[in-house]
Amino acid sequence: MSETFDLKTTTVRAINEHLHGLAPDATGVYEILNPNGSHNIAVGVDAPVEINIRGHAGYFTAGMNKQARVTVYGNVGWSVAENMMSGRVHVKGFASQCAGASGHGGLLVIDGDASSRCGISMKGIDIVVGGSIGHMSAFMAQAGRLVVLGDAGKGLGDSLYEAVIYVRGKIHGLGADARVEDLSEEDRTQIGELLEQAGLSARPAEFTRVASARTLYHWNPTSPQVSVL
Amino acid sequence: MKQMLTLEESANYNRKILNYIHQASETGVYDIRGLGAKRRVPSLDDLVFLTASLSRYPLEGYREKCVTKTVLGTRFAKKPIELEMPITIAGMSFGSLSANVKEALGRAATHMGISTTTGDGGMTPEERNSSKTLVYQCLPSRYGFNPDDVRKADAIEIVVGQGAKPGGGGMLLGLKVSERVARMRTLPPGIDQRSACRHPDWTGPDDLTIKIQELREITDWKVPIYIKFGATRVREDVKLAIKAGADVIVVDGMQGGTAATQEVFIEHAGIPTLPAIRLAVEALEEMDMLGKVQLVVSGGIRTGADVAKALALGADAVAIGQGVLMSLGCNTPHYIDADGRPVDVTEEYQALGTAPGYCHHCQTGLCPVGVTTQHPLLEQRMQPEWGARRLINYLTTLKMELTTIARACGKSNVHHLEREDLVALTVEAAAMAKRPLAGTNWIPGA
Repeated sequence: MSETFDLKTTTVRAINEHLHGLAPDATGVYEILNPNGSHNIAVGVDAPVEINIRGHAGYFTAGMNKQARVTVYGNVGWSVAENMMSGRVHVKGFASQCAGASGHGGLLVIDGDASSRCGISMKGIDIVVGGSIGHMSAFMAQAGRLVVLGDAGKGLGDSLYEAVIYVRGKIHGLGADARVEDLSEEDRTQIGELLEQAGLSARPAEFTRVASARTLYHWNPTSPQVSVL
Repeated sequence: MKQMLTLEESANYNRKILNYIHQASETGVYDIRGLGAKRRVPSLDDLVFLTASLSRYPLEGYREKCVTKTVLGTRFAKKPIELEMPITIAGMSFGSLSANVKEALGRAATHMGISTTTGDGGMTPEERNSSKTLVYQCLPSRYGFNPDDVRKADAIEIVVGQGAKPGGGGMLLGLKVSERVARMRTLPPGIDQRSACRHPDWTGPDDLTIKIQELREITDWKVPIYIKFGATRVREDVKLAIKAGADVIVVDGMQGGTAATQEVFIEHAGIPTLPAIRLAVEALEEMDMLGKVQLVVSGGIRTGADVAKALALGADAVAIGQGVLMSLGCNTPHYIDADGRPVDVTEEYQALGTAPGYCHHCQTGLCPVGVTTQHPLLEQRMQPEWGARRLINYLTTLKMELTTIARACGKSNVHHLEREDLVALTVEAAAMAKRPLAGTNWIPGA
């Protein structure tokens, strides 16, 4: 089935309520017209449906998404796909700050650039950015992979935990406890798979791997490190 | 001839400060500890009630009806929170506390008709299943935060900061990070888990407005949204929270507790709960939001008198954390075994370098009475049924004290307690609470 919502004649609230009423196994295609930068479009969806947002969207687009495949035919504001659990969010244009923040799973693809703090606090989400990313991206990122075909701004991977970053272009500066590591065969395989899923093309061997040096895993390296558990 | 000793302690370099300097010189690191500020600050203890006499007409001490029902979140939510009394269990994480403790809190709160609150690390089945009314915290770390639990929540509390460490974030030391805790937080076991000091997906109050709308959209505008912050620039923060769209504002004074943070924060950041309440109420009044946006205060609320004073100053409810843990046995010299016998654990306190009555070593995970621990053996020392029974007694006592004071002030509803019912015992409290010094009409600074 297919339904069309026009934000010239309806509200974000009405669209979200409708999408929240879908069964967890519902399928179908939902077209959202004239978003005109509206915030919170398609947040909290939990169904394997396809949602096409035809234009620019505002903050928190597809926030906390589960299962849905959301495509934005335009740019997005802050925190697209924040806390996403599963599914796929594809931004055909550019993304503002905090793209994929605290995402637990699923795939976020941004064809253009993503602004600062892309992948901040990520917890298992995979993010592929066709362009460049801004400063302090992947700050305190815990798990998941961030693949960047362009450049990365200053402070990349500051306070990283277990997430891994792959950058093809120039890295303008690493954050605290982030370090460049050798690219393994497994890394190249993973990059290739993520690029294929994202529909983007590049040679995996051209990427630089950034991961945590793990020197900040304990606030006081001289204190007892052995768990009593 | 024996030389006379001259033992003149310095006020500036007393034994506490000497110990601090010596320890810092040996270790090169600051102290991290649990619970709240230990220093004396102006507090609700510095106020007293002007109960009824000839000029006011009292109600009968414990017999006449005195309403305690409390409703929070009436501004925008379709389903405001209804409490049987103006007390809620403060947010405390699974990780800092054991699953048994979280279950005990839920059971007691449900019995008393009040709410409990999750903490960093997400929502456990134990607390959701045992809590009729559960407030789900949205913290900067977003550990374990997910949409399924958002939809299970009865209210959502966006935590901007905490009274024990405003602006400072938090920490769960690796010693307490078990496999389960680590899994819930998507981090390896055994490493220190830093709780960020700022949210990942918004920064200022304008962004927060949209964040609140997002949470409202996800929950179809059903549940109230609280905003909690540590008491610093209270007047400004309350106004910004109102503007951002909060249903309920939670202000946590500097006496508020923590599972672990730098002592320098605990003792030196934020303002006491006493002035924080007054500032928050004034901000609500200036925005014409008193009674429309509800105010919950926390940080050193321990007794029924504290609850009554907070309400009289203008709060709608209080949140209690440390008092609740102490009810469950924190700082007692023994725990109760399966046969109901007390087992002395004074030596275990000593092994931590402390003693019952002085302990603030939550950060170690070696709580001798099984409250702030993830240790599989220690956590068995606090069984949910026993803990819930203790907590029900404590909360019942608070309710009795609250209502008996309200009746003595001539109020048939605890929410009718008012500022005029209070005077201050110290100049500092008079200035901070803007209540007259007892026996005078003097309010310093007014």
